[in-house]
Amino acid sequence: MKPRRVFADLKVVSRSYFRNPAALFFSLAFPIILIALFGLIFSVGSGGPVSIAVDNLDHNSPTSVAFLAALNQTKLVTVTVVNYPAGSFSAQLGDNGYSAGLIIPAGFAADYANRSSVNVTVFTNPEDATAAGQTEGAVSAVVNSMNLAAACGGGHCTPVIGIPPTENIGSQVYTYIDYLIPGLIGFSILTSPMFSMVEIASSYRKDGIFRELSLTPLTKSEWLLSRIVWYVLLTFVTAGIMIGAGVVLFGAHVEITLGLLPFLFIGPFLFVSLGMLAGTVAKTPESAAVIGNIITFPMMFLSGTFFAVSAFPNYLQAVAHVLPLYYVIDGMDQVMLFSNPMRALYDFGVITILAVIVFALAVRFFQWRDTQ
Amino acid sequence: MPNAIEVRGLTKRYGPLSAVEQIDFNVEAGTVFAFLGPNGAGKTTTTEILEGLRRRTGGDVRVLGLDPWTQGYALHQRIGVIPQDFRFFEKLTPKEGILYYGSLFGTRPDPKSLLARVDLEDKADSHFDTLSGGQKQKLGLALALTNNPEVCFLDEPTTGLDPQARRSIWEVIRTLRREGRTVFLTTHYLEEAELLADQVAIIHHGKIIASGTPGEIIRAHGRPERLVFDAPPALGEYLHSTLGVATELRDGRVEVSLESNRDALRILSAVDASGLPWKGFSTRTETLEDVFVRLVGPMDDGALKSEVPA
Repeated sequence: MKPRRVFADLKVVSRSYFRNPAALFFSLAFPIILIALFGLIFSVGSGGPVSIAVDNLDHNSPTSVAFLAALNQTKLVTVTVVNYPAGSFSAQLGDNGYSAGLIIPAGFAADYANRSSVNVTVFTNPEDATAAGQTEGAVSAVVNSMNLAAACGGGHCTPVIGIPPTENIGSQVYTYIDYLIPGLIGFSILTSPMFSMVEIASSYRKDGIFRELSLTPLTKSEWLLSRIVWYVLLTFVTAGIMIGAGVVLFGAHVEITLGLLPFLFIGPFLFVSLGMLAGTVAKTPESAAVIGNIITFPMMFLSGTFFAVSAFPNYLQAVAHVLPLYYVIDGMDQVMLFSNPMRALYDFGVITILAVIVFALAVRFFQWRDTQ
Repeated sequence: MPNAIEVRGLTKRYGPLSAVEQIDFNVEAGTVFAFLGPNGAGKTTTTEILEGLRRRTGGDVRVLGLDPWTQGYALHQRIGVIPQDFRFFEKLTPKEGILYYGSLFGTRPDPKSLLARVDLEDKADSHFDTLSGGQKQKLGLALALTNNPEVCFLDEPTTGLDPQARRSIWEVIRTLRREGRTVFLTTHYLEEAELLADQVAIIHHGKIIASGTPGEIIRAHGRPERLVFDAPPALGEYLHSTLGVATELRDGRVEVSLESNRDALRILSAVDASGLPWKGFSTRTETLEDVFVRLVGPMDDGALKSEVPA
């Protein structure tokens, strides 16, 4: 392994890249377009009742049970009663895949009967604006009708049950764009090396460029390493552009910490190697493209790129957990949004082990020369 | 001089198909060796085995004393290879390409002088995808020289080039030889081999059917020198009946084989005595091409491109 040769090859990669206007456009303008497009689109969602988790601290008093039954009857929400440890309700919602939640306080029935003021607390996921709207609508409709029934006397109504401002799932207030940024950085960490490495692996073989290189002292791992370094650099630029665009266009607030760096290194490392491996096992450029797509497409949509994995049905969540990109995006979520370094470290460990294995396999199977 | 290349019993099979069968030859260091054969005869397979790009099925091969397959990495530092139809990074210029190869090999090539050697100075800063076929081939040659190789492999370096480009590549090959390098050349063009090569081997159906200097091959496989008369066929019959010599009608001309120089005088006297009209005569010695066509045979018609456009 000679850094001189890696550097020489890196110069070739960057020159080829900068002299290709289409490639340049896609890496600089595409991140902005993605952020703008998805930032605008995803304030609108689909219909159907929203599954909400309810912690009934009033121990199933008849009034609280009637309240929940009324909620179910709105057809806007489906109630599931849960019992999470005190103080962890909002965190548990996210972990258990709920996009909305409700806490009914202890003494709810008594307060309602005494007509003394009592609050129910609503939790929603800002990533899922539709679910949030449906939940808030359903809760306020039921609350209003119960208030009407309870407290209208003498010509004026005194509300009994109040709804304080909705709280967000998680410990802090996030908007969809905040979640979108790590997702889309992950998206470009995946797609830009995968598509181009699959293409390069098969076209360089067809054009005999690997053959030319095999006649020089450049080794396969040096060659692959220079591509990895290139895509790491590109990822830094892309991530910078995406964060900048998110902040400027949508006022996103994400944490930019050093904890992000390991993911910006290991992500491209993994997907350059994986793209090379996919391009290597394919016999023709056409089959290479097919294999590349089979690997790339599920990850593009199921790893938390555009939608939070926690919003998926359970079986899709299980699928997401075997996709390498999930750990890249989850890791970035942990450092950029949730300040959860332990979980980020775990994600980083998973990707690193995988990246080392895939790199070794790519170097092992990819052939400079014809073995026949 | 020691041998730069030694090949013993080299065999290459693709499944049941035999591409090269038990071939032997040596290439002396500092000489130009031309490897000839029609398409599909096993030329490229053999060349790629020597370059360490392909694995052999049997036999032994040494290039500069190294086994090209198992010691390829060491060998590649000491050889230069220009494949057929050289391709390179499209957006790189010849100058950048040479500096790139220089960094890979750890040499410090001077792009200007290397490009001057192959007559490509004026394209030093043009992108590879804008170069003509001949210019691409010349860049391949320049790149193959960045590591100052002891042995140069040139696989059909002039195929498809215009006569001028071809001549400038010939000149580079001559210079390589003068510098003491060994050149292993494969070509379709027999004139090229005859002009440049010290030694020639002809491969056909995976076997070497003739080898030696071009002169040796012509003497061994060619026909004797002949007199050619621009005259009516009757002259041939006359010479045959009066002198008993074998005559042949070829391209509308009468050809007579010469066993010795004294024959020439007898035949010319007889022609004069015949009283038949004749416009002129010439002597004809067989070229490597004539021999090649006879050995490889007309059944490979079309596979062979022996004419070199002037």
